Amino acid sequence: MADAAIARSDARPAPGEPSAWQQLKVNRNWLGFWFMVPAMAFLVLFLVYPLGKGLWMSFTDARIGREGRFVGLENFEWLSDDSDFIRALIFTLVFTFFASAVKFAIGLYLALLLNNNLPFKAFIRSVVLIPFIVPTVLSAVAFWWIFDTQFSVITWGLVKLGILDRGSPINWLGDPFLAQCVVIFANIWRGIPFIAITLLAGLQTVSPSLYEAATLDGASKWQNFRYVTYPLLTPIIAVVMTFSVLFTFTDFQLIWAMTRGGPVNATHLMATLSYQRGILGGNLGEGAAIAISMVPFLLAAIMFSWFGLQRRKWQQGENND
Amino acid sequence: MTATAGTDPKTAAALATAARAPARDDHSEGMSYLESLPRKTVTVYMPLIVIMVVLLFPFYWMVITSIKPDQDLLDLHGGNPLWVSEPTFRHVYKLLFESNYPTWLWNTMFVAVCATFLSIIASVLAAYAITRIRYKGAQTVGGLIFLAYLVPPSILFIPLSTIIHFYGLFDTPFALILTYPTILIPFCTWLLMGYFKTIPYELEECALIDGASRWQIMVKIIIPLAIPGLISAFIFAFTLCWNEFIYALTFISSNPNKTVPTAIVSEFVDGDVFRWGSLMAGALVGSLPLVILYAFFVEHYVSAMTGAVKE
Repeated sequence: MADAAIARSDARPAPGEPSAWQQLKVNRNWLGFWFMVPAMAFLVLFLVYPLGKGLWMSFTDARIGREGRFVGLENFEWLSDDSDFIRALIFTLVFTFFASAVKFAIGLYLALLLNNNLPFKAFIRSVVLIPFIVPTVLSAVAFWWIFDTQFSVITWGLVKLGILDRGSPINWLGDPFLAQCVVIFANIWRGIPFIAITLLAGLQTVSPSLYEAATLDGASKWQNFRYVTYPLLTPIIAVVMTFSVLFTFTDFQLIWAMTRGGPVNATHLMATLSYQRGILGGNLGEGAAIAISMVPFLLAAIMFSWFGLQRRKWQQGENND
Repeated sequence: MTATAGTDPKTAAALATAARAPARDDHSEGMSYLESLPRKTVTVYMPLIVIMVVLLFPFYWMVITSIKPDQDLLDLHGGNPLWVSEPTFRHVYKLLFESNYPTWLWNTMFVAVCATFLSIIASVLAAYAITRIRYKGAQTVGGLIFLAYLVPPSILFIPLSTIIHFYGLFDTPFALILTYPTILIPFCTWLLMGYFKTIPYELEECALIDGASRWQIMVKIIIPLAIPGLISAFIFAFTLCWNEFIYALTFISSNPNKTVPTAIVSEFVDGDVFRWGSLMAGALVGSLPLVILYAFFVEHYVSAMTGAVKE
């Protein structure tokens, strides 16, 4: 209704035949276009164009300071034989899977805890978010120091508890497997607040009368969660987890600040490998090929999100708005 | 007020009903009187405390490290490493007066403020056009902008670096000021679209009847009403800029042009263990502006975060 009213007032320009200039100023489509120009300029110049160029570069042998020749799928063929790349791909998948699963579990648990009546609730909630506020690199540096081989406070704690012998420090970031565990832990630590706070916002929209009704019907705590909370939360979980998976999969800063892909390339994610090969090694074409190999996985995640969103609209009985 | 719930079910229930009247944005206390205090301690407070300690320990350790004298840093077993007996501000002093740190801070601030302003201006226009002008294809454009939000910088930095070189922006702040909006605009537009949708159409109709142009409507009616949304967008975008790492690492090479995150990682790390104190002080001082900003605008920040997800 309101829309129609505005449309009518738009469709009635100054008396007389509107000139072409008038059309540009009043016509709804042209007006929309003018308003969109700044945002579109940024996004086309620095997002769409680089995306296309990246795709093109992945088919060339470009190096720093030299335009590449088209080499077809050579980069990808070469990568599929490259054990470092395969290793990075597998670790990226493992990293994403474990980090996202644990982040989700603890994040949801924390959200449920915070949804209780607590003293100083607002304060606790803002404190929980701090790991998310502090720049990732800076907290990664803190983790780097916490997991230093010689001066690790964790090792000190284990020695004090008598679990570990003082003479044999743990080589946290020097041992490939331990280093992998440490970076996954750091990623989980950093990701929990985002998931917990967004899910908490979702939980707060669930009407308490639903729980009261379910409890009257004899539902246990678990049944309350499983049949009331969880279905109502599914759409927001889908969206939050898509974001989480997406950002975990393409993570760069944490790894770069803590291990730079070492030891022996064990903690390389695809993004860090792409940086190492493309920028530090100068093989722009190969770096771009590694980056482009991430796209199919990202698309899968986005499809997941899209279906999650559809479901949300359907649940709320909204039309397409 | 509600902390007393559980001591005595009857009074607690009475309290709960009494407490429902005052303004509370949270209506979830309905059945909380059913929980006894000991039970709640085990199921709620204990896990909460454990999680909080794990979440906050790295910051505690950062603070402690940055005010510890060097000899204590390297001697874990001498005393209790979790406490400082003789705090020193040497690391912070060294950081602020004997390194380029103030320059880096200034760079970060400058880039973040400029990029955020550019993005907010572009996003307000775009969000207004999509939600209110509703030109042909507005819905599609909205969807595409959401997709742009999902394109991570990690797959763009290599082609972007060649483009930055081509435009002659390499190693200047403009390389960052112009590329950061690609991360911020999709987010801000999406967030502001949500805010604009909540502003009643009738206001706009009145203005149209009074002869206001679209531009006047946006500047004089929509923007003043969407101030909370703008603050949220500003704070979140500013945080994202401050946090950004991969573009800053790729496009900036000389020391005086670096931003705090890149400088911390590359300039203090030369295998010299004696610089841990400065490194931690640097990380701490670098996070401080964000934490202060956040402390003042928690609600806006949370609404930005959840709003972008919910919309």
